Amino acid sequence: MFEHQTIETGFAFPFVRRLILADFRSYAALDLPLSHKLIVVTGENGAGKTNLIEALSLFMPGRGLRRAELATCARSGGNGGFAVSIEIESAGERCQLGTGLQAQGDGRLARQYRIDRAPVGSARAFADHLRLLWLTPALDGLFAAAPGERRRFLDRLVLCVDADHGTRVAALERALRNRNRQLEDPHPDPRWLDATEREIAEIAIAVAAARVETVTRLRLLIEESRDSHSPFPWADLALRGELEQWVGVSPALEAEDRYRAMLRDNRRRDAAAGRTLIGPQNSDLLVRHGPKGTEAALSSTGEQKALLVGLVLAHARLVARMVERAPVLLLDEIAAHFDTARRNALFEDLAALPGQVWLTGAEATAFSGLVGRADMLEVTPGRVTHQGAG
Amino acid sequence: MTTPPAGPEIERLIHLLARLPGLGPRSARRAALHLIRKREELLGPLSDAMRQAHDRLVVCHVCGNMDTRDPCAICADPTRDQGLIVVVETIADLWALERAAALPARYHVLGGTLSALEGTGPKDLNLDALVDRVAQGGVREVVLAVNATVDGQTTAHYITDLLNSYGVKITRLAHGVPIGGELDYLDEGTLATALRSRTDF
Repeated sequence: MFEHQTIETGFAFPFVRRLILADFRSYAALDLPLSHKLIVVTGENGAGKTNLIEALSLFMPGRGLRRAELATCARSGGNGGFAVSIEIESAGERCQLGTGLQAQGDGRLARQYRIDRAPVGSARAFADHLRLLWLTPALDGLFAAAPGERRRFLDRLVLCVDADHGTRVAALERALRNRNRQLEDPHPDPRWLDATEREIAEIAIAVAAARVETVTRLRLLIEESRDSHSPFPWADLALRGELEQWVGVSPALEAEDRYRAMLRDNRRRDAAAGRTLIGPQNSDLLVRHGPKGTEAALSSTGEQKALLVGLVLAHARLVARMVERAPVLLLDEIAAHFDTARRNALFEDLAALPGQVWLTGAEATAFSGLVGRADMLEVTPGRVTHQGAG
Repeated sequence: MTTPPAGPEIERLIHLLARLPGLGPRSARRAALHLIRKREELLGPLSDAMRQAHDRLVVCHVCGNMDTRDPCAICADPTRDQGLIVVVETIADLWALERAAALPARYHVLGGTLSALEGTGPKDLNLDALVDRVAQGGVREVVLAVNATVDGQTTAHYITDLLNSYGVKITRLAHGVPIGGELDYLDEGTLATALRSRTDF
């Protein structure tokens, strides 16, 4: 029996109703029907739990939650390719999304994207049907990690509300690499450098503006809904970066001109450093533990995890509000670091979220509070079995 | 080792066909078999056409297009607007725009885009000839029909700067609502660009 969400006018709650895998990591073939809003995946270490949610994460632009080379997602012993297909239900309608790596006529492997079996250009097209957010154990040390890790996390948050953000970030990286390469030349062509810097400035301001907008809206949503007694403390967010400061106070064209002038003035310094020292490629997301007013990185491991979960839950609500499409949340090994009280509070918060949530963990007992309310899946290598869903 | 099913001439034909874009070894074999079966109607005329194209192919000294005559058929066409030059990255882009048949313009083929990462600099592109064409006078407008990629747009900025002192109008292709597109389904970036590129109706 399928569980349906109440549908508000114009608001979509895409739920994954079927997951089909072929030659994906540990799965030679899998056809998994799903009926609930909460999906719990348990199994021993190495059984293939994360592989299931990694397959789903490939429906967002990029390389998925493991950031793996696509060829490594193919099952060893297979033909080198793989396929992932999902059926999603939204506002009573079903749609099939597919992606994978398939051998071409000349034998090379190429990424494929399909919506209702018709080819589409890229994973960007899936954004019209589905948005995904994820938390993995690799993010546990996010607040104490290098700024680049937090920047990547922030860009994923932005991508969830602005589907073109990934394309812009990739374009910025390419434009910056072009400039760095030109600066390696002791006598670079000034006109060519001017043209490159003009292009960098246009994209960089767009990237900074998208980040500022997402962080500002997220801050407002957190301010509106913060509860100092919640087991998931509210996060106090800020952005560090020159361009991010300008974007809020001056028109985009003015900010572009200012950044372009800065790039021109810094050519010698950037050439010596071998990289462009100022720009959104060096920005940082600053997070503080709201109720305590201290840097997030100074909190205990468990508190940092709770802070991160609170941040992701707030963002899921923001995405639902901004794009009118609730994101599917993928929470890998989510029960780790949490005591029973905090775990149960998490389950209640997840049940109250508008979108579908996938949770993985080694111990089935950690999810006993969800029996009857979730698809309870048990994973053994290459197989997934339903454990008497309610 | 197994014996090939065909002689070395046919194997060579298959091997060469397999080097064409979009053809793999299997489809090349299928194409070769088709040519062999249609020896008189297809194989002979095709090899004649290829030989003639090979012998007569030249690069147009005016625009960089490839044709069997120099100037190319487009540059030699007196009905084309002499004051309007559409700059494209490749001959494939020129053919695509010609299919649209929207402007009776002449073209200029750059032969690529600026990319420091791929080692393509201004000297590797057909830019001097473009400046010469504009400097000779009579050109009113240069349309930059380059791709909306980082390298395409960097090249567009470069050309805009390069032609800045000649007083010609420089335009670029509009970015925005595709034919058949519904506004409700377009992302904000495309909508903003479409509004900025709006035209009189």
